[in-house]
This record gives sequence, C-alpha cells and structure tokens, in this order.
Amino acid sequence: MLHVGLAHFLAVGALLFALGAYCVTTRKNAVGILMGVELILNAANVNFVAFGHYSWGGIHGQVFALFVIVLAAAEAAVGLAIVLTLYRHYKTIDVTRAERLEG
Amino acid sequence: MTEAVLFWLFAVVAVAGGLGVVLARDPLHGALSLLAAFFALAGLFLLLAAQLLAVLQVLVYAGAILVLFLLVILLLDLGPARAAASPPGVVKLAGALGALGLAGLLCTLFLSASFPPAVPPSDFGAVAAVGRVLFIDYTLPFEAISLLLLAAILGAVVVAKGKV
Repeated sequence: MLHVGLAHFLAVGALLFALGAYCVTTRKNAVGILMGVELILNAANVNFVAFGHYSWGGIHGQVFALFVIVLAAAEAAVGLAIVLTLYRHYKTIDVTRAERLEG
Repeated sequence: MTEAVLFWLFAVVAVAGGLGVVLARDPLHGALSLLAAFFALAGLFLLLAAQLLAVLQVLVYAGAILVLFLLVILLLDLGPARAAASPPGVVKLAGALGALGLAGLLCTLFLSASFPPAVPPSDFGAVAAVGRVLFIDYTLPFEAISLLLLAAILGAVVVAKGKV
C-alpha cells in the first residue's frame, strides 16, 4: 500500500481504460462517446510514462505520450465538428438516430 | 510516504472523475468530471517526474480540448433533457460486464507480469531532455504530426461550416 510502484500506475491506467471503453460502447450521446475516447487515450498516456519511469523506454515513452496528446487534440477538433454537423442534420446528437451516410 | 499519499489522492480523483464521466446524465457534469480527471492525471505525471507532460496535460487537455467540449455542449444546449436517451438496460449490463472483465484482466496481467526494472535518467522529465529526444530521434514524426494538426484544423472548419 505504501510503496508506490509500476503496478499501481498500470492499475490506474487499466481502470481508466475500462471506464472509457464502457463509455464508448454504451453511450448513445456523441459527446459522451468522444469523452470516453479521451479517457482511453489518457489511460494509454499513464502507461507510457509509467513504463518509461519504472521500466524500459525512458524519455521515449514521454515523447510518445506527447504525440498521443496532439492526436487527442486533433481527434477532439474533428470529432466535435462532426457532432455539430450531426446536430444540424438530425436535431439530435443521438448516434443511433444517424442512419444515413448521404449529406 | 508523501509520495504514497499523493499517489492515492490523485489516483482516486482520476478514477472518480472517470466514473463521473460514465455516470453523469448531464453532459456538462460529465465534462467537469473529465476536467477533474485531467488535473489528477497531471498530478500523477508529476509523481512520475514528467514535469513537461504534466504542464502540457493541463494546457492542452484542460485548457484546449475540454474547452472545446464545453463550447459544443453549451452551443447545442445539451441539458439532461436534450441529451440522447439512456441506452437500454441490457446494453448497459453487457457494457458493465465487459468493462469489469477488461479491467480485471488487465490488472491481473499487470500484477502478475514482471518488468525489467530501471532507474530513470536524472533529467527524466526536464524540457531539455525531452526536447532533445523529440527533435533528434523523432524529427520526422514531429513534422508529420504538425501536418496532421493542420489537416485536422482544416477538416474541422470544413465539416463544421457546412454549405458555403
């Protein structure tokens, strides 16, 4: 309990990943799904940095986490733009209601 | 001792924030829980001696990405009533079982596996050390991801703008 090691950080990452996966698979709300994706990406970041600190990888893990942050920013921008378009077309952000691909 | 206390504090807040995202009926509450989780994760990065990442976590995640989420939620006025209906119970049950199984599997895997221990370099999280690796070993990916960001900005504008 009192000695914090690699396994502790990995467990936090695993829990966050599972919560994000639950959010992505069960939510109907498009914004909720995107938040779940953010949780998953953050869980990956925790693992990258924890491995770099306690095991192999070193600074390279941090650089990968940096790339993940940039990727999350790009994903959020495009994803939320799609949510706006979805709302304009269907007047809802319920993803199960968006069944047509044509604009 | 201090490290352990801080770790448990940040870990509990991070997981509680994640739970808040999952349980919140109102997307606004979900976004604010996500904010708490992001700040707690920045604290965890500080505990791992990754100062640069901790600062970037607050700046980019809490400062930029979450503001974008809040902007969309407020712009579309997504209160609890306007947000999409809750999924049927069977979907929730299946999702919960799957997520629990996944978390259990990952935790047992991580706890049973042994990883080669290493002492992190003394300048582990310093801006200079990370920058050196980023600009020497990862020059091409760095340039590529700047292109990706440009493409994402253009794509977001084109998609959100609709008909010209």
